[in-house]
Amino acid sequence: MTLRICIAVLAMCALPFASLAQSGPLRIEITEGVVEPMPFAAPNFVAESSAANDFAERLARVVVSDLAGTGLFREVPRTAYISQLTSFDAPVQYADWKAINAQALVTGAVNVSGSNLSVKFRVYDVFSGAELGSGLQFAGTTQGWRRMAHKVADQVYARITGEDPYFDSRVVYVSEQGPKDKRRKRLAIMDYDGANVQYLTGSEHLVLAPRFSPTGDRVLYTSYETGFPRIYVLDVGNVQRRVLESQEGSMSFAPRFSPDGRTVVYSLARGGNTDIYRMDIASGSSSRLTSAPSIETAPSYSPDGSRIVFESDRSGSQQIYIMGANGGEPKRISFGKGRYGTPVWSPRGDLIAFTKQSKGRFHIGVMRTDGSEERLLTASFLDEGPTWSPNGRVIMFTRETQGATGSASLYSVDISGRNLKRIPTEGGASDPSWSPLQR
Amino acid sequence: MKMITKAVLLTSVLALAACSNKSDFEGDDFVDLNAGPSTGIDDSAGNSFEGTGGVNDPTSVAFFQQSVGDRVLFEVDQSTLNGQGRLILDGQTRWLTQNSDYTAIIEGHADEQGTREYNVALGERRANAVRDYLVSKGIASSRLRVVSFGKERPIEICSQEGCYAKNRRAVTVLAAGLSG
Repeated sequence: MTLRICIAVLAMCALPFASLAQSGPLRIEITEGVVEPMPFAAPNFVAESSAANDFAERLARVVVSDLAGTGLFREVPRTAYISQLTSFDAPVQYADWKAINAQALVTGAVNVSGSNLSVKFRVYDVFSGAELGSGLQFAGTTQGWRRMAHKVADQVYARITGEDPYFDSRVVYVSEQGPKDKRRKRLAIMDYDGANVQYLTGSEHLVLAPRFSPTGDRVLYTSYETGFPRIYVLDVGNVQRRVLESQEGSMSFAPRFSPDGRTVVYSLARGGNTDIYRMDIASGSSSRLTSAPSIETAPSYSPDGSRIVFESDRSGSQQIYIMGANGGEPKRISFGKGRYGTPVWSPRGDLIAFTKQSKGRFHIGVMRTDGSEERLLTASFLDEGPTWSPNGRVIMFTRETQGATGSASLYSVDISGRNLKRIPTEGGASDPSWSPLQR
Repeated sequence: MKMITKAVLLTSVLALAACSNKSDFEGDDFVDLNAGPSTGIDDSAGNSFEGTGGVNDPTSVAFFQQSVGDRVLFEVDQSTLNGQGRLILDGQTRWLTQNSDYTAIIEGHADEQGTREYNVALGERRANAVRDYLVSKGIASSRLRVVSFGKERPIEICSQEGCYAKNRRAVTVLAAGLSG
């Protein structure tokens, strides 16, 4: 399962403008809100060995799909091309790409030897006639070819937007089958774009809300394996799981890792009251962080681990609060009309994503950590459970359709509210948790 | 372990499929889940144990489900028992008192209008409201356990109040055996 990817800077050939590249005008400022996607071209990669023929087109297609899928880029149709790319090192005919209004050009080459696959690529700023950054090469296996395509696309995205990338990432979620009153659920993991699905559990026991560890090596989730909800930790590599310590006569659920991966913060329900606890995963020792007669649940750490955002109905309805990592008096941050739940701290630390219920509709929204600048990004019969992309630019969530035939799917939306789209999954899907960027 | 579970399930399926033709299957491993008078009970509520008697046998699980009433319903986002609910629970108390061999798991449920984890917590509140009432009427707390399924196990599937009202429930699911 582990795939090692080496990054090596290609020896720069005679490319006179390479050093100018970083200050070139080819730049998407995402924060301003992109309305018109940037046109780009990505011809099929050059196959540098006959065994690479298979991969040359597939790699380029995934790179295109990643970039265009952000809504920030638009592919210039290949039928419009004037130049064809036959050699990775041949000089770029900028005029040919300018003529078809491709502002960025991504070229690549693939070499396959046995089960080893290497990809190199370059990005060009067509209108200033210069390479953007320098060429890079990734080496891996043919089995991991999609990851290498994501790595290339990540580099292109990062160079043009100046943002951290997110394509080489995975999502753990709940795969759903069957009608609403006989639904079966099991854990699954996939690439962020829905490819490479792997099932992590069977569907004989109800499972809920998996959450990735900060390094993506483990998953916390809730299972009814014993007949009662308990928290399990699963090793993604070997798919071994173990149940965490729990107190007799209680239910535990809503787990999340601390940023150092050593602690789990979760809800424990007993005697009609749900509060937030934390547990040292190695020793199993736990401590209670809230003690109110109301429902306290859905805790999520700040990226620095110093604070916890959670939901509570202590005011009479679900609202969002922040407390210190050791508990203490929480501060309410949501004050709009409606109910607020499932808060999740963004990996950048600046925003809280949440689910809002108002006037019979559900929304995914974001607000600053002081509760200001609330923005609703979606609206439907039932949207819930946001999770952040590793760079904090995109939110994935569950959307459930209405009625007797209702079913759940995963959707993603940019934090600008644009580019809402469904993530393709086999069957129903819910409760996504986005991994960090893979190493 | 998994193999055993499968074998048992398979046996059950065969048993069900073979209602009209039992003799073919009555080997050593045969467990007839449908023994006793046919009740036609719909156990979609999840009662996992079929009693030996039919609905007319006041000591039967079927009687508890049908005549006593195995569930109470709740208002939106509430876990307070209403008059009707307390009447049903008074009946459950009498039945549990007379049938002291039974233990029970009280399952709390919510309708689909709510976030998943909140609904787990809300279902737990509802199940405990029932548990606390039964204990206050004299049922030993050691005979009762609670669990919440949140919005995960609806019995009605439309997205209207008529269905939601039936899904906001706490169901007393009987089990035979010693209290533990």
